[in-house]
Amino acid sequence: MEVRVQNVRKEFDRFPALHDVSLDIASGELIALLGPSGSGKTTLLRLIAGLERPTAGRIFFGDEDASEKSVQERNIGFVFQHYALFRHMTILENVSFGLEVRPRSNRPPKAEIRRRARELLDLVQLSGLEKRYPSQLSGGQRQRVALARALAIEPRVLLLDEPFGALDAQVRRELRKWLREIHDRTGHTTVFVTHDQEEALELADRLCVMSQGKIEQVGTPDTVYDQPQSPFVFGFIGESSVLPVNIERGDIWLGDRPVGISSPGATGTARLFFRPHDIELVEGDAALSGVVASSRRVGGTRRVELDIGGAAHRVEIDLPFDHPAGERSQISFRPKRWKLFPAA
Amino acid sequence: MAANSRVRRLTSPTNEPVYVRWILIIVGLLFMALFLVLPVVAVFSEALRQGIGVYFQSLMQPDALSAIRLTLLVAAIAVPLNVVFGVAASWAIAKFEFKGKAFLTTLIDLPFSVSPVISGLVYVLLFGSGSVLGPWLRSYNIEILFAVPGIVLATIFVTFPFVARELIPLMQDQGSGDEEAALSLGASGWQTFWRVTLPNIKWGLLYGVLLCNARAMGEFGAVAVVSGKIRGQTTTMPLQVEMFYNEYQSTAAFALASLLALLALVTLVLKTALEWRFGDELAATGRGH
Repeated sequence: MEVRVQNVRKEFDRFPALHDVSLDIASGELIALLGPSGSGKTTLLRLIAGLERPTAGRIFFGDEDASEKSVQERNIGFVFQHYALFRHMTILENVSFGLEVRPRSNRPPKAEIRRRARELLDLVQLSGLEKRYPSQLSGGQRQRVALARALAIEPRVLLLDEPFGALDAQVRRELRKWLREIHDRTGHTTVFVTHDQEEALELADRLCVMSQGKIEQVGTPDTVYDQPQSPFVFGFIGESSVLPVNIERGDIWLGDRPVGISSPGATGTARLFFRPHDIELVEGDAALSGVVASSRRVGGTRRVELDIGGAAHRVEIDLPFDHPAGERSQISFRPKRWKLFPAA
Repeated sequence: MAANSRVRRLTSPTNEPVYVRWILIIVGLLFMALFLVLPVVAVFSEALRQGIGVYFQSLMQPDALSAIRLTLLVAAIAVPLNVVFGVAASWAIAKFEFKGKAFLTTLIDLPFSVSPVISGLVYVLLFGSGSVLGPWLRSYNIEILFAVPGIVLATIFVTFPFVARELIPLMQDQGSGDEEAALSLGASGWQTFWRVTLPNIKWGLLYGVLLCNARAMGEFGAVAVVSGKIRGQTTTMPLQVEMFYNEYQSTAAFALASLLALLALVTLVLKTALEWRFGDELAATGRGH
């Protein structure tokens, strides 16, 4: 089922949480809404679910306008950050709930409901725990029950609100892989909210990066990572350093030194963005040159903080871990890949 | 020196010396015996002073019986109504945001902060012969004051906060995540209430009902003002106790009082049992998040 969000605006007590947001979600894709807290990503998810009403704009499920439909009518599967399992029901009763509350006319017989619930528990690898209560399960198990419960109603769209947010790193990584497998097997159109870029980059077909109630960029993980369209995306996805620069006849200058890179056609002041690992060490004058302020080992590389132009600017670059640079040594480098954005 | 420091290490810093502990325990026990146990024992021993036969005889006299009946009737009306109001009010306060919410919360506590006598007087002012409503209702043959409806109204007013006060913090703590989950799974509003909300609050609700019931049966001040104390018609158990006592029928007074004391004891036992059960459930809720 494809989902189209069209010029949706949402205000809470006159305070806008979403400004005029539009997003097309393809059928069967796994898309991540990624952003810092307060960016409106959860609000957008809840609007798609029908748990909130838009102040303006429309939401389509396929060709059908779902904007006025209640959450029950939309037939979505929603997984909450804190699971929201019914604590007085067993695991099997939790998973069966969505089928048991159906009107008699399209409610499957009891034995059929149990059979389907068991099948789903099998899918989420929790067979044997049917009689347990939610409080007797670990966080990761609870979240899998929550997913099985959401899948039981054969939803048109699966919506997950920070599904792994309350779990520890190890369990989170396992569940991430596992969710991807389930998605590939069941083929549900899936939207999930996260503030964890690693999670989004690894799991999603496409990312929708949000900030302050607006969509900054939508694209595949590679596009968003390699071709950020705004300073926010550059800074939020992956690591980055920023320098205020001047451009004269296409050449980029930091203060009174040329950086050694050029951007034909550009002029005036700008901000230069680059990633710590996208640099090359060079000899000579036409380069950024700084003094090592601190360095630490990160995996197979050495992350170095450089003071450039006295202590006016501080940037981070990656060096090979066996690079001889120590405290206070001078290093010259040039960004290999970079992007200019207008000065703030 | 070495032994000394070892002893110090073994005693926990929050532990007091033995004699201090005993003094505190004895003071506490004495206080309880004097102010809590002694009165209850006195009530039962006074009631049974002339033997169990006289005890039951005095409970069987028509005035006592009608007082018991009236008290049960008033509680049977007031408690269910307060359950409905209490659940509705706490649902609204805990699960929704609206203007005037803080005011409503304060209003629910009003009966706790106002003297019961004043609560009764309010109804006298509303429905008395000097009021606008009273004579108008009387022209339709509806008696509120000095009749059962007045007693019920005053009791409802006095016992209003018990259920709501018990449920509001519980429901606020639980939030509306479970309800949203139920709705997203296709449940209707009613199904969500009966299958999810109510089971989540059942122990708290039961606890509130018990307290509400104890107060409804024991209320004196507000009921005394509106009842008119018509023998055999508008005297509840607490009022009848006072009447017997003023008429020097002390065995009858204490016999009736012993029933109320028994009610209190049963409520206490149930309350403790529930706290035991309910505490578990609350802890489970805490673990669930």
